[in-house]
Amino acid sequence: MSETMLKISKLNVNYGAIHAVRDVSLEINKGEIVTLIGANGAGKSSVIRSIMGLTKSHAEEMTYKGVSILGKPAEAHVKLGISLSPEGRRILPQLTVEENLALGAYIRDDEKGIAEDLEYVYTLFPRLKERHKQKGSTLSGGEQQMLAVGRALMSRPELLMLDEPSLGLAPILVDEVFAIIREINAQGRTILLVEQNAFAALKAAHRAYVLEVGAVSLSGTGAELLNNPKVQAAYLGG
Amino acid sequence: MNLNIFIQHFINALSLGSLYGLVAVGYTMVYGILRLINFAHGDIFMLGAYFVYFATIVYKLNWFVGVIIAIILTTICGLLVDRIAYKPLREAPRISALISAIGVSFFIENFAVVVFTGMPRPVVQPPILMKPIEFENGVRLIPLGILVPVVAFVLVGALLWLLYRTKPGLAMRAISFDIETTRMMGVSVNKIIALAFGLGSALAAVAGIMWALRYPRVEPFMGMTPGIKAFIAAVFGGIGSVPGAMIGGLILGFVEIMSVAFFPTLSGYKDAFAFLLLILILLFRPTGLLGEKLEDKI
Repeated sequence: MSETMLKISKLNVNYGAIHAVRDVSLEINKGEIVTLIGANGAGKSSVIRSIMGLTKSHAEEMTYKGVSILGKPAEAHVKLGISLSPEGRRILPQLTVEENLALGAYIRDDEKGIAEDLEYVYTLFPRLKERHKQKGSTLSGGEQQMLAVGRALMSRPELLMLDEPSLGLAPILVDEVFAIIREINAQGRTILLVEQNAFAALKAAHRAYVLEVGAVSLSGTGAELLNNPKVQAAYLGG
Repeated sequence: MNLNIFIQHFINALSLGSLYGLVAVGYTMVYGILRLINFAHGDIFMLGAYFVYFATIVYKLNWFVGVIIAIILTTICGLLVDRIAYKPLREAPRISALISAIGVSFFIENFAVVVFTGMPRPVVQPPILMKPIEFENGVRLIPLGILVPVVAFVLVGALLWLLYRTKPGLAMRAISFDIETTRMMGVSVNKIIALAFGLGSALAAVAGIMWALRYPRVEPFMGMTPGIKAFIAAVFGGIGSVPGAMIGGLILGFVEIMSVAFFPTLSGYKDAFAFLLLILILLFRPTGLLGEKLEDKI
């Protein structure tokens, strides 16, 4: 019943002599929240960057909706319906909030649709509306994170990838970010979430993969992994 | 110095300064995006002037038509320089592109000597631009002196509109901060870089044509000194900033003309003032007048 949106088999990433990702295979079905958890340096970001075409990688197969995206440049992905809120937010500091969001909609020409999505982003993150004329550099960390997610939504993606959206946020904001991720998903967007905050990510996700030194060590539903003693010991401080 | 002479100096300074500004804008746009000093920019300026010479004197085209053709040909040359000399080096260390830029500059200059010969050539001055207008108070102005700053300001205004009001402009500003993030948004970075080279070359062509009208001649090395001065103007205004480049150009024009006007004995040092200005700004405000502190690109 569920339709495969993204399928990766045997993904490998090398940085010089360092083998950062080893034979990672994963699948994301339409409508799911899938999370990739693991310690710092486990290769989570490398996987997401390879999907986006930002990092050189090798794989047996990497398809998005049945079409191979292996070796395609980053700028092609967003046109296919994939977008990324990158690690470290990567807000353009001298551009205003509004301009950052407009850049997110760069590939689109339907002015009406863009205006609707802008309104949608402002409903999700009212703080951004208050600050729409401010430069990106003047925002707080939490606001920059909202802007990064909002900007990724502006291309109206079918697959939204979020790289460490809770990194460096106050605990109260972390809850807010995860609530918004579930809300975005409830509106029909598929989400791939990379997180160090394993507990929050597993609670939000339908399915999860655990990465350990570049390889998938465990996978299952979010609930299964939450109750898995190994996961509890390694990532949940239990 | 009476008012009449002062006004003439003023217009002259405005005219020279806006020419420096037009060329400086090209340096600053390319630097803003690629952190590359396009040393060939002054030579692109020279090509613009030569193309007008060929169109109007050799092929006897109407002056206006000749100017349009010259701008188009110069723009194509600017795009070719990027395509051949810089694009293959995008992933290379920045110093490689810089060396390539110096090579391209020497190549264009010497190619011009071979093809055009080193002999200076005359340029057609349309009479309508050269006939002095006399005002009642005795001030005499040549229309060209007014036309140059007007054209320069209109073009730089149009460029600012493009940068701040259009999508390609947004992409250009975004690329100057973070190429990877801009690519992720679906921007074809090489097209935007080409746009920057194209626009910069078109402006340099216009400047080269107006420069040739002032002097009125063309020669293969005519781009060197204005190129260096415009580069100083771009650094002075804050490299990476388009309004800064224009302001830097105007200041340089005024320093050069006014120093000679008020201290005629120093006229032999007029080029030295430009370099003095460069040294002073680098010592006391290395980011230039309007420059922002940019972190080194990751």
